[in-house]
Amino acid sequence: MNAIYGLFADSSSAQRAVLALRGASARLRFRADGIVVLSSEPIEEGNMGWERERTAMPWIAALGGVLGGISGYALASFTQRTYPLPTGGMPIVALWPTGIVVYELTMLSVILTTLVTFLVAARLPRYRRRLYDPEISNGKILVGVTDSDSTTWSELEQTLYHQGAERVKQWPAT
Amino acid sequence: MATNSMPQNQPVGPSADKISRDLLRPIFHTSPLYYGVVAVLVSVVLAAIAAFLYQAYNGIGVAGITRPVFWGFYITNFVFWIGISHAGTLISAILRLANAGWRRPVTRCAEAITVFALVIGASFPIVHLGRPWLFFWLIPYPSERGIWPNFRSPLLWDFFAISTYITGSLTFLLLPIIPDWAAVRDKASGTRKRIYSILALGWRGTPREWHRLEMAMRIMAVAIIPVAVSVHTIVSWDFAMAPVPMWHSTVFGPYFVAGAIFSGIAALIIAMALLRKFLHLEEYLKPIHFDNLGKLLLVMSLLWVYFIFAERLTVWYGNEAAEMAAFWSIQRGKFAVLFWTMVSCNFLVPFPILAIKRFRTITGTVIASTTVVVGMWIERFLIVVPPLEHKYLPYAWGSYRPTWVEVTITVGTFAAMGLLYLLFAKFVPIISMWELRAGGHGKQLAPQAEPVTSPGVVPWHRTMPSTGD
Repeated sequence: MNAIYGLFADSSSAQRAVLALRGASARLRFRADGIVVLSSEPIEEGNMGWERERTAMPWIAALGGVLGGISGYALASFTQRTYPLPTGGMPIVALWPTGIVVYELTMLSVILTTLVTFLVAARLPRYRRRLYDPEISNGKILVGVTDSDSTTWSELEQTLYHQGAERVKQWPAT
Repeated sequence: MATNSMPQNQPVGPSADKISRDLLRPIFHTSPLYYGVVAVLVSVVLAAIAAFLYQAYNGIGVAGITRPVFWGFYITNFVFWIGISHAGTLISAILRLANAGWRRPVTRCAEAITVFALVIGASFPIVHLGRPWLFFWLIPYPSERGIWPNFRSPLLWDFFAISTYITGSLTFLLLPIIPDWAAVRDKASGTRKRIYSILALGWRGTPREWHRLEMAMRIMAVAIIPVAVSVHTIVSWDFAMAPVPMWHSTVFGPYFVAGAIFSGIAALIIAMALLRKFLHLEEYLKPIHFDNLGKLLLVMSLLWVYFIFAERLTVWYGNEAAEMAAFWSIQRGKFAVLFWTMVSCNFLVPFPILAIKRFRTITGTVIASTTVVVGMWIERFLIVVPPLEHKYLPYAWGSYRPTWVEVTITVGTFAAMGLLYLLFAKFVPIISMWELRAGGHGKQLAPQAEPVTSPGVVPWHRTMPSTGD
């Protein structure tokens, strides 16, 4: 993979660059989904002219919670029935104390499901070398194009500079 | 015509570069003072570990707990530290959900307190065991050991509640650290760079990553609040479910939760003040943060007084003989000095400091918080010990006196808290850099961009995978 990208000091110039690149994608023969934005802080997709992507994370977390609750009941119920304690005629599997175990395991499952779903949805961990610039950590915003025709790079470079890029670089560095 | 608008291209607060420099400095530079403090804390912790090993070798008899007082300093510490843990995750989650902008420099300091206090608190049931190497017998799962887990026991509920809270708090702490570890990775070199590269999980800051992180944090914030409340409620039920005078009370759940948040905020204020002073974070942890937390502490102080009054009034009004024996021993008997010290530390001293704006300074809030931490430890002790000394049958009354083993281990926990916090601040930016930036710190005000007029807005995930692959 190759790429050309610009580093921007603020999100508004980065936003203009994204729009300019999208407008030029057909003319400069690169795919619009090859535009990359990397930043050191969250950027509202709306600010880039994109629709916020929907995610099923809350629903998956809720489903995880339901499964956790069922597991909690199964653990408490199975254990109590397998090793019954004298309860003086009261039910072996009682509602209130079992409910506490069910509640805690429900919440534990919500938490663990959220963690796993986040890692899967954000595609982490991923240690393969990919387009990146350490300047991002200094607050710069990277806007670039991957897998474009290298003959158009000079024009892309001009576009990025024109929209306010402080520097334009190639990746991998030549 | 004069306007109040800010000049363009002026930084709002410290620049992004300065944020990185200031907050990464403790990671890359270590002062001799740091080593000195760590050495002192390590030696205190080692002394506590030695005391624990001495107890494990010689038996639980070297501690002061004996019939009828089987819960002493260890369970006091357990309740105290679990209470302190309510500072972080709970407060942070509430402030996140409320989208309180001033939370940004505070949340990580707070969340770290939660994790470390929980670890310390959760270790006390093991310290308290006569044979700590058999601690895994506490884990309630079907087995052939002949030990039947009692799902009616609040001690078993503790196991589930604290496990859930530790898992949740750790996740809540670690998720937003990932982007900051990526920032450390970018600045580091050599082995340190390799370590932080692994920790950063390959984070780059794509819109997808940010979106998923923010969504995960929102879900976690919603989930962690009821868990935090349930944890200290269940800890209170360790007492309230027992037929012991002054324990069997329906108010114990909310009373414990309020006390936990109270002591937690106090611990947070002290930690923030120390970080501000020694890591030179004056530009980030500002007087307004202490002022806001001071107001919260004031509210919790009033709530604490309300609960302790309600609890003691109902006991006094009931006038039940066994309860009154414990009641009077606390109020005007051998524990009276501790009781009135507690009232002073938790209300009489902090209330005027926190209520009068002129006194609600950084120094003022730290003084109030210090007294609250002391007062809340005494409160936990007074909940645990006097009722056990005065159970229903007077012939079974007894007294409790802690030994050097318990005192050493108790002191060691405070050192352990300080040590864990110092080590954490050495490996992780103690203030979330990306959240600071997102909150406006380090932003340059650029000329207003043209509104987005791109024809035919297309969902970004269809046009832009944002992975850059």
